Amino acid sequence: MIRLEKRPQPSKVWGTLTPVLAVIATMIAGGILFWMLGKDPLEAIRTIFWDPLFHETFGPYSRPQLLVKAGPLILIAIGLSLGFRAGIWNIGAEGQYIMGAICGAAVGLAFYPSESILIFPAMVLAGAIGGWAWAMIPGVLKVKFGTNEILVSLMLVYVAENILASVSQGLLKNPDGMGFPGSRNFRDFPAAYNTDLIEGTGMHWGVAAAFIAVILAYILLTRHMLGFQVRLTGEAPRAAKFAGVNPTRLILFCLGTSGALAGLAGLFEVSGPSGQVSIDFNAGYGFTAIIVAFLGRLHPIGILLAGLLMALTYIGGELAQLMLGLPGAAIQMFQGMLMFFLLAMDMLSHYRVRWKTPVAAKEGAK
Amino acid sequence: MDLGQINPLLLLASLMVAATPILLAAIGEAVVEKSGVLNLGVEGMMITGAVVGFAFGVNTGAPSIGFVAAAVAGAALSMLFGVLVLYLKSNQVATGLGLTLFGLGLSALIGKPYEGIKAPTMAKWEIPLLSDIPVLGPIMFRHDPMVYVSLIIVALTWYVLTRTRAGLILRGVGENHNAAHALGYKVIRVRLMAIAFGGACAGMGGAYISLVRVPQWVEGMTAGAGWIALAIVVFASWRPWRVLLGAYLFGGISVLQLNLQAAGVPIPVEILAMSPYLITILVLVVISLRGNHGAPGSLGREFHATH
Repeated sequence: MIRLEKRPQPSKVWGTLTPVLAVIATMIAGGILFWMLGKDPLEAIRTIFWDPLFHETFGPYSRPQLLVKAGPLILIAIGLSLGFRAGIWNIGAEGQYIMGAICGAAVGLAFYPSESILIFPAMVLAGAIGGWAWAMIPGVLKVKFGTNEILVSLMLVYVAENILASVSQGLLKNPDGMGFPGSRNFRDFPAAYNTDLIEGTGMHWGVAAAFIAVILAYILLTRHMLGFQVRLTGEAPRAAKFAGVNPTRLILFCLGTSGALAGLAGLFEVSGPSGQVSIDFNAGYGFTAIIVAFLGRLHPIGILLAGLLMALTYIGGELAQLMLGLPGAAIQMFQGMLMFFLLAMDMLSHYRVRWKTPVAAKEGAK
Repeated sequence: MDLGQINPLLLLASLMVAATPILLAAIGEAVVEKSGVLNLGVEGMMITGAVVGFAFGVNTGAPSIGFVAAAVAGAALSMLFGVLVLYLKSNQVATGLGLTLFGLGLSALIGKPYEGIKAPTMAKWEIPLLSDIPVLGPIMFRHDPMVYVSLIIVALTWYVLTRTRAGLILRGVGENHNAAHALGYKVIRVRLMAIAFGGACAGMGGAYISLVRVPQWVEGMTAGAGWIALAIVVFASWRPWRVLLGAYLFGGISVLQLNLQAAGVPIPVEILAMSPYLITILVLVVISLRGNHGAPGSLGREFHATH
C-alpha cells in the first residue's frame, strides 16, 4: 500500500529535480501526442528542442529569437513569482502587459517625430506606470474591500483587450496609415525604437531589463526584509502574522511590482520586436509567464532557465509548424502539459512516498 | 440610432439563451466549491466541452449527442484536476490555472478542422399550452431543450444539497474536511464526484456556446465565460437559486449590450463589449463589501488524512 508522509520541510533535491523530470515527461507525452497526429515523434521533439539552436540553416535566424521571446516571459514571471510566493494571485499579467504597451507607446507617439534622447526613457517609465496602475486596481480593491484579486485581475484582461482594439483603430491609429488599423511603426521612429543592443543577437532593452529583474529579485528574496516577508507569508502565514508583516503593504507591493514588470515587458515588445500597437499585438505572454514562474519554482534563477526553455518551445513550435506541418495549437497544449506534470511531480518534494503494509497486517505476522 | 428596434420580448427570450452557458458552468462549480475544492479550470473545461460537443454534433448531426460528449469530455478533464489536487496534493489555484491553459491549447488543436462549419440546429421545444400564454409564452417556453435542462439541474442541485443526506455529507466535507473524515466519510471520494459533476456541467455549458448560442466553432470562443461563472458563484454566496439569479442578470447585461451595439447607440463598441467584465468586477466589489458569507470552511484547503 502506498502512503504519503508529509515532509517537515520541502525536499531541496526533489525541488530541483522535479522541473527536469517534468520536462522529460512532457517530451515523452508530447512525443505520443505528435505520433497520434501522424508525425514522427523523435523528429518533432528534435525540431522543437534542438533545431532552433543548432540547425545549420535555421539556427542563425532562430537563436536571436530565443532572447526576444524569453525576455518578456522572464520579466513577467519574475514579477508574478513574488506574489505567487506570498499567496497573492495576479493572473491578469496579460492585461497589464497590454496597458503598459499602450501607455508607453502613446507617450512615444505623442512626440513623433522628435529626436530627443529622452523619449525612450519616458516611454519606459510610462510603460511601467501603465502596467502598475492596471495591477493596482485589483490591489486596491483587495486591500480596501477584500475583493478576490484572481477574478478582478483576469476580468481586466478582457477590458484591456477592448481598450487595445479601440486605441489601435482610433486614438493611436497611424494618421498616414491609409485607414488601416494599427499605430505608426516604431521602426520608422528611431528615437523611440527599442533596437538590438548588440547587432543580430536579439538582445534588446527588454532582455537587459529581464536580466536585471532576475538579479534584483534574487537580492530582494535573499537579502532584503521585504523579500523575507514575502517568503514568510507564503511558507508560514501564521508566523508572518505574529511577526507583524503588514498584509496591505505586501499585497500592494506584490501586485504593483508584477504589474510594472508586465507593463515594461509590453512596452519593450511594442517598441521593438512587434513594432506597432495593433489589435492582435498581445501574444499570450502574460499567461505563459504563469507556467514559466512555476516551472522556475518561483525562484529567480529557475525562472531565467524556465523562460529560456519556454521561449525555445515557442520558436521550436513555429519551426515544427513550418517543417512538419504540426498545428500551432499543439505547442500551446504542450506547454499546458508541462505545467501539469510539474504540479503532479511537485508532490515528491512535499511528501515522502512510503510503501507500507498496513499496521494490522504487520502485527498479525508477528 | 434606433432604440425602437429593440424588442423587449425578444430581449428577454435571448437573455435565457445567453445565460444558459454561464448558468451550467456556475451551478457545477458551486457544487465543487461546496465540497471544499476551488477549481479555477472552469474556462478550460468549458472550451474543451465547446469543441468536443461541436465535433460530435457536426459528425453525428445530433446536437444532443454533442452535449453528452461535451459532458463526458468536461468530466474527463476535471478528473485530471481531481487526481492532481486530491491524490497528488498539488496547489488548487495553480492546478486550476494549468487546467485552463491546457484546455485552451487542447481545444485549439481539436478544433482546427472544424473552423467555419455551421452547427446542426437544435429544434426548439414549444411547450404545449404554456407557450401560448401571451408575453410569458414566447419569453419562457419556446426554447431549445438545454435551457430547460439547465433549469432542472439547478432545481435538482438545490434539492440534493439542502434536502438530502448526500447533500448534507457533501456540505459537511466542504465545511470541515477533518471532522467529516473523523466521522468516517470518504472526503476524497465525495470531492472527486463533485469535481466530475462540475466538469460535466462546464462541458455542457461550453457546448451550448458552440452548438446553440453562436453556433460555430471559433478558437477561444468562451472568452472568459468560465471566469464569469466563477464570479457568479461568489455573487450567489454558493446558493443554487442565487446562481440562477446571477447568471440571468449577467445574461441580461450581455444581451442588452449586444442589442445596443446593433441599434447603433453612440457609445463606442469597445466600451459596450467590455461592460460585462466591468460589471462583474463591480458586483464582486459590492459582494465583498458585505463579507464572504457562505464560503465553505474548507474551501481551497489541502486535505491530507494521516490515518
